Amino acid sequence: MEKKDIIQSFKDSLFTGLIALALFGPIVGLRTASKGEGLFITPQWGVVFLLVGLCILGRFLINLNSARKTEITFFSKFTSKFSAITEDKAKHFAITAILFAVVFPFLPFTDRYFMDVAIMILTYIMLGWGLNIVVGLAGLLDLGYVAFYAVGAYSYALIATTFGWSFWICLPLAGVFAAFFGILLGFPVLRLRGDYLAIVTLGFGEIIRIILINWYEVTNGPDGITGIPRPSFFGLPFKRSPDEGETSFHLFFNLEYSTMHRIIFLYYLILVLALITNYFTLKIRKLPVGRAWEALREDEIACKSLGVNPTNTKLTAFAIGAMFGGFAGSFFATRQAFISPESFTFIESAIIVAIVVLGGMGSQTGVVLASIFLIGITEMFRDLEQYRMIAFGGAMVLIMVFKPKGILANRKPTILMHGDKK
Amino acid sequence: MLKISNVETFYGKIQALRGVDLDVNDGEIVSLIGSNGAGKSTLLMTISGVNKAKRGNIVFNGENIENKQPHKIVDMGICQVPEGRRIFSRLTVEENLRLGAHANEKGKYFENDIKEVYDLFPVLSDRKTQRGGTLSGGEQQMLAIGRALMSKPKVLLLDEPSLGIAPKLVNQIFLSIKNINKEKNVTIFLVEQNAKKALELADRAYVLVNGKVTIKGSGQELLKNKDIQAAYLEGGAKN
Repeated sequence: MEKKDIIQSFKDSLFTGLIALALFGPIVGLRTASKGEGLFITPQWGVVFLLVGLCILGRFLINLNSARKTEITFFSKFTSKFSAITEDKAKHFAITAILFAVVFPFLPFTDRYFMDVAIMILTYIMLGWGLNIVVGLAGLLDLGYVAFYAVGAYSYALIATTFGWSFWICLPLAGVFAAFFGILLGFPVLRLRGDYLAIVTLGFGEIIRIILINWYEVTNGPDGITGIPRPSFFGLPFKRSPDEGETSFHLFFNLEYSTMHRIIFLYYLILVLALITNYFTLKIRKLPVGRAWEALREDEIACKSLGVNPTNTKLTAFAIGAMFGGFAGSFFATRQAFISPESFTFIESAIIVAIVVLGGMGSQTGVVLASIFLIGITEMFRDLEQYRMIAFGGAMVLIMVFKPKGILANRKPTILMHGDKK
Repeated sequence: MLKISNVETFYGKIQALRGVDLDVNDGEIVSLIGSNGAGKSTLLMTISGVNKAKRGNIVFNGENIENKQPHKIVDMGICQVPEGRRIFSRLTVEENLRLGAHANEKGKYFENDIKEVYDLFPVLSDRKTQRGGTLSGGEQQMLAIGRALMSKPKVLLLDEPSLGIAPKLVNQIFLSIKNINKEKNVTIFLVEQNAKKALELADRAYVLVNGKVTIKGSGQELLKNKDIQAAYLEGGAKN
């Protein structure tokens, strides 16, 4: 490494320090504290200098490293583990992961908290797989996916509280409603692509949320809907003391009553729902409509010249993606027993899109890894409160730096030379 | 079979076709030559229904198609190999071919059709599971033609099949086009800048200048035409 390079990278690091100073100066350096009457600003320059110093040092080290053109750093060691999981090995990985997921609730260290996190991760995996149909396969960037999640949740909540129908009737209905909204969104955006499509879908997500807030008569506005029925185990409710004429789950199976029963049931419910989504996607990719989605993502004009009807193809993608979002939404509603528009803000859409993109567009296993990574990391840093979004952002930056095309970027062919023939 | 009369197509306010009249008869190879921006590709896109004609008629087997949607036109038997090949680059060769049969994938002739394409272009058979984007330009062109054949077209519209391809492969592709026409009985409408090759192959040919047909005749006649030699064959005629 030459002297010139060192000076160059030193300058670069100082510049990084300047940016860090501009950012951390006001955000970290000026802290408001309330003393008696009113707010006062207490400077924390020591912390700022520490942070800026770290940035300069970090940048300098990165520069040194890239100048030497070696890739053996802490981070690349870490990511090479991910690279090892190529799509070829993904099948073994998938089987192991499913087995692990099945036995997970009965592992000795699994407690209520782990189960809640696992349920949350699985919900995001399902949403990620649902959105993967729209974004990963059909290539339609949808930034308003949370709208369908909301439609599913509200349809479920309203139907279940109004008619008192069971979860298993409401679930498909919620899916149908969400699919209908998918088509509703699909029509006006048929001619749009890329950025423009993203903007309109973003708006659509907000429209749904604002309707939920303002249509007080139906949605109960910002107060949300309470008392959403919990799911029952095929007619057996999870209650300590069942109503007259009812047998509850623990009595039927002669078990000690535990709140964990319901949690475990919810866990398996979302696991099955997510796996259905995955199975469906894997199957439909091999059918003409799935192949047409992928072709549409690649080249719309070529599709038209080959007789693919782009209107129907896009609408089915929107509808089916929305349907799975709706399923996930009804699961969310029954799990929480309470929903309000608060749960369906833009950040949710952003997280789901991030999961799909970071997973490697169109890769099913990638979605799983990205969900665990992103949701898991934010959960791990829950104690740090507001700093956990920094961890979230940091995780995204790390993936984009080391795996710019997503964790698993390879597309798996649907037809194999020596495989089963369709 | 395909009769185009007085077709005018616009891009916004810009007129690309200024009343094109042209016929393609059953079993023929018809070439359309012209320089950049003459409107050749626009004409093909108008026939395919991707661009809509503002005026004029396009009649295919006695039926007006100028207002039909692109996928309906493919169903009727007109398939285009678009300019620049437009392979689905992340999809494998076989997946690309299957997409070509999108209009009739339910059909039971499917496996047979795919075999015929592999017989026509054996190199594709070797590369079945390779991604489309990893093929060479010539192979991609073969794939694009094969993909279009999968829809069992009566008329194949080819847009600049020689574009960006090694001269040796160009010969092979033109030979295949001839084969498709003679053996599979597919009518060919070929748009080319490589005027010499296109005219040699064609039964009949047209010259398009500024959105209008200026000269028409048999391929041989046009090859001998002094104006055409001057405008399109300079250099091309020497070798």
